[in-house]
Amino acid sequence: MVESVTRRSTDRQDQKFPMATPVKVYGPPMSTAVSRVLACLLEKDVQFQLIPVNMFKGEHKSPDFLKIQPFGQVPAFQDESTSLFESRSICRYLCEKYAEKGNTGLYGTNPLAKASIDQWLEAEGQSFNPPSSVLVFQLAFAPRMKIKQDQAVINENEQKLAKVLEVYEKRLGESRFLAGDEFSLADLSHLPNTHYLVNASDRGELFTFKKNVGRWWGEISSRDSWKKVVEMQKQTT
Amino acid sequence: MVVKVYGPAYASPKRVLVCLIEKEVEFETVPVDLLKGEHKDPEYLKLQPFGTVPVTQDGDYTLYESRAIMRYYAEKYKSQGTDLLGKTVEERGLVENWLEVEAQSYNPPMFTLTVQIMLSSKLGLPRDENLIKESEEKLGKVLDIYEERLSKSKYLAGNFFSLADLSHLPFTQYLVDHMGKEYMIKSRKHVSAWWDDISSRPSWQKVLQLYAAPFKN
Repeated sequence: MVESVTRRSTDRQDQKFPMATPVKVYGPPMSTAVSRVLACLLEKDVQFQLIPVNMFKGEHKSPDFLKIQPFGQVPAFQDESTSLFESRSICRYLCEKYAEKGNTGLYGTNPLAKASIDQWLEAEGQSFNPPSSVLVFQLAFAPRMKIKQDQAVINENEQKLAKVLEVYEKRLGESRFLAGDEFSLADLSHLPNTHYLVNASDRGELFTFKKNVGRWWGEISSRDSWKKVVEMQKQTT
Repeated sequence: MVVKVYGPAYASPKRVLVCLIEKEVEFETVPVDLLKGEHKDPEYLKLQPFGTVPVTQDGDYTLYESRAIMRYYAEKYKSQGTDLLGKTVEERGLVENWLEVEAQSYNPPMFTLTVQIMLSSKLGLPRDENLIKESEEKLGKVLDIYEERLSKSKYLAGNFFSLADLSHLPFTQYLVDHMGKEYMIKSRKHVSAWWDDISSRPSWQKVLQLYAAPFKN
């Protein structure tokens, strides 16, 4: 059964002008990288069509899929004739192409704000993501997939993540969000992995037991956009 | 006010240096000795709380993460020097796409190889041959995908040199010069041509001339 989710906009603005072709996102919402893009699309109020990719059946390694994502990973993305992959680049593209839509401050409204957001997006990608995605796999996915957990790997990555979160704890005591006073793409990028660790593992306290990180997590995870993504994840399991 | 770049001897800061030279932006460098642990000094951590290089100071403004720094200066000085971001929103999207590929798929195995082959003896640690073999295999798979991409496109993001290509310079230079793994590049026709092209750019040659690699085998 082919599922597609198309948001119909009731915004008067969109009814005045011809409706743009919805962008296409390929991949399951439960994928952390796919959900990163979905959160951004929802923040930016950009219409999209979600095209399922059955990873359990290996659809992400099929020749057709490899044409749009040669590494065989999700998501893949198309906006008319533009084909992209890598979730963080898709988010940046969406913020630039649809700068006037939805949350216009998501990628900053001046160069210094944007640079600060890029700094924390890189920190997410380079320092937060490696240990947290290992933990997401080991703690949230491996049990479901009946794969044996590796305790040494869990311990090593928990230690790495704890060190990174010490830096975050200090930063979030000085600043409401990572890059400044406003919610940005940098915070958004942390939603997928943190969601699994807080809600689907027993290591949530890495976040919730820290005063500032806990406060920040409460704020960013209660945004409407993220709640909708979580709902989409629940609907497709 | 001239921008200061910390840690020029090392690979990640070199991304920033070559970018600034391409953009014809003046800079100064501040040495940081990683082997002496200067990146963990309280004074350094005030600038870069994760304790890694580079960090830049531009007057009062501090910025870290080499790819964030590159993006900022490439955009700020878009109208001078080499255009590293493409001409349209779509081209920029492709630059970002392949810059993320470098960050997420190319760099991790490359970084592991650097630490294992070039640094482990300096750090008094045994080389992990399994990890080296594993990382070389991972990197090989990534390079196979690059080979396919570069058979259709002169540079990674399209027919124009960009931040995406530039970001590969520092660690790939280590691979070919100091790790005895030049064959990984040379054995792939299009990757080899691409490497010859980007590494012979005057900007990169200048960086190599001015800031030697600190760890030589």
